Amino acid sequence: MDLIWDGLREAARLLAQGDAEVIEITLRTLAISASATALALALGVPFGALLALRRFPGRGLIVAAVNTGLGMPPVVVGLLIVLLLWRSGPFGSLNLIYTPYAMVAAQFLLALPLVIGFSLTAIQALPSKLLDQMRALGANRAQMLWLMMRETRLGILAAVMAGFGAAISEVGASMQVGGNLDGDTRVLTTATVLETSRGNFEVAIALGLILVMMAYLVNLALTGVQQRRPV
Amino acid sequence: MSDPHVEIRELIVERGGRQVLAVPELQLARREVTAVIGPNGSGKSTLLAALQLLLPLKQGRLLLDGEPIAGDPVAARRRMAAAFQEPLLLSMSVRENVELPLRLRGLGRRERRQAADAWLERFGITALARRPARALSGGEAQRVSLARAFAARPEVLLLDEPFAGVDAPTREQLLEDFARILAAARPTTILVTHDRGEALRLADHVAVLIEGRLRQWGTPQQVFSAPADEEVAAFVGVENVWPARLLELRDGLAIWQAGPLTIETAPLDGVETSLICVRPEQVTLSSPSNAADPSSARNHAVGRIRAAHSEGPFMRVAVELEGGGAQLVADISRVSWDELELAVGVSVSGTFKASAVHVIPGREGAAGERG
Repeated sequence: MDLIWDGLREAARLLAQGDAEVIEITLRTLAISASATALALALGVPFGALLALRRFPGRGLIVAAVNTGLGMPPVVVGLLIVLLLWRSGPFGSLNLIYTPYAMVAAQFLLALPLVIGFSLTAIQALPSKLLDQMRALGANRAQMLWLMMRETRLGILAAVMAGFGAAISEVGASMQVGGNLDGDTRVLTTATVLETSRGNFEVAIALGLILVMMAYLVNLALTGVQQRRPV
Repeated sequence: MSDPHVEIRELIVERGGRQVLAVPELQLARREVTAVIGPNGSGKSTLLAALQLLLPLKQGRLLLDGEPIAGDPVAARRRMAAAFQEPLLLSMSVRENVELPLRLRGLGRRERRQAADAWLERFGITALARRPARALSGGEAQRVSLARAFAARPEVLLLDEPFAGVDAPTREQLLEDFARILAAARPTTILVTHDRGEALRLADHVAVLIEGRLRQWGTPQQVFSAPADEEVAAFVGVENVWPARLLELRDGLAIWQAGPLTIETAPLDGVETSLICVRPEQVTLSSPSNAADPSSARNHAVGRIRAAHSEGPFMRVAVELEGGGAQLVADISRVSWDELELAVGVSVSGTFKASAVHVIPGREGAAGERG
């Protein structure tokens, strides 16, 4: 028990003192995961809308692929990004392996199926008559997407939460494509793994607590928006 | 029509390989109201959806001001506005809903707000402006939906049974306000309705769709008094349709035999067989001993009341005619029903004027017995 209590006490001290390295890792984590989630939203919501509204050959295969992606093992995504960005790989010349950009790419791929899946479900649930009314009001394609997002904002926020949750809690792929480089690609999850393996449990606990708190605060804010009295 | 605002040519819509709408030609004059009536599933809503390019057309051309609209659906829709039986409001405030079509057209905030407030006032819902649109009653929501359609400043207004989902007292007030607002704004309007009263009250022309086909187009008077065929007659509430054979032409009148009835009408050239149509409200009932003067109401028949039921302020009375095989249906006021001491089983005389009779030529034997 001492191990846990000492760890918690030390974690509290680190947090209270505002350790520079911990703050840096926290901000980097937030930046990478938020970027990945934002990208996943930008692509995933329109794609989810397309899958929800259009019938075309191969749609069933794509929806099945999206559903498979909901449970995609992060290490497989990590491997894919490594293969793409490896120096001799198709995008090797971009020199992105072991950079935060590679981590954004991996987290984006993990969040994307979640965002598509949630958007697809939410938009599919909109009554077709309401969509006809939006068109009849004169909405163009972009305005249709905006109106659909407004009408399904609970579902879209669920997509944001799920996407962000998947991105920020992911460790395997970040390790593979980021390399856990100190001061460059180290994020809360990879740092927690490292400190745990070194036996620095108090630091690992502190990092873990920050991770959980950050996920909680982001979701608290989103839930606040989600549960606001609908207009 | 010299300068039609909206033209439909050779329109065919299929659904699941089955033809659900075929309109060879329909023209709508500028600023006129056309009521599209017909039974459920007759293609009325499909016609509106086709006009807004909300569904794929098998073939056909839709013209607005003589120009095809198919090339740019969004631009075409922005010249129109639509309101449906369900108000279909978005989850925003009432004012934002009414502003929405203008927002989609890129108008500035101030202009949107002014227009929305003006329409909210016209529809008597200014007090609801800040309310969540999804929290309104049915009547209030439909007012918002109509205000939103008018706020779009449409050249063509498309209405799909907008009063059908509203309860009766609310509906009457809404119809009254709507009629006043429509008369003032006067966009070219298509009103899909199953309600004859709405068509008579609001429409300049009536188009009858049955089984996806345009069966008749004309003024409300023409369509309701002179239906083009038996099915139109049935739909527009002509309860008396009798197959008839021409007996003779006498004194400038045609004399027809329709079962036990001998009926006088205006003559038709070269027509030997027909369906004789009489609206129930054109029939007067009286005691057989006190029958109306045959010279003013040339057609009369005697029979026994078989059934009667209330139709709002009227009584609908079915009379089994003497001689058998035919029935006469009359709508009479409750006051008349009471004054004449009518009841099921009582003998009555039914009369109707020659001018109340509409003749559909050439269909003897086509009509079954109706009533």
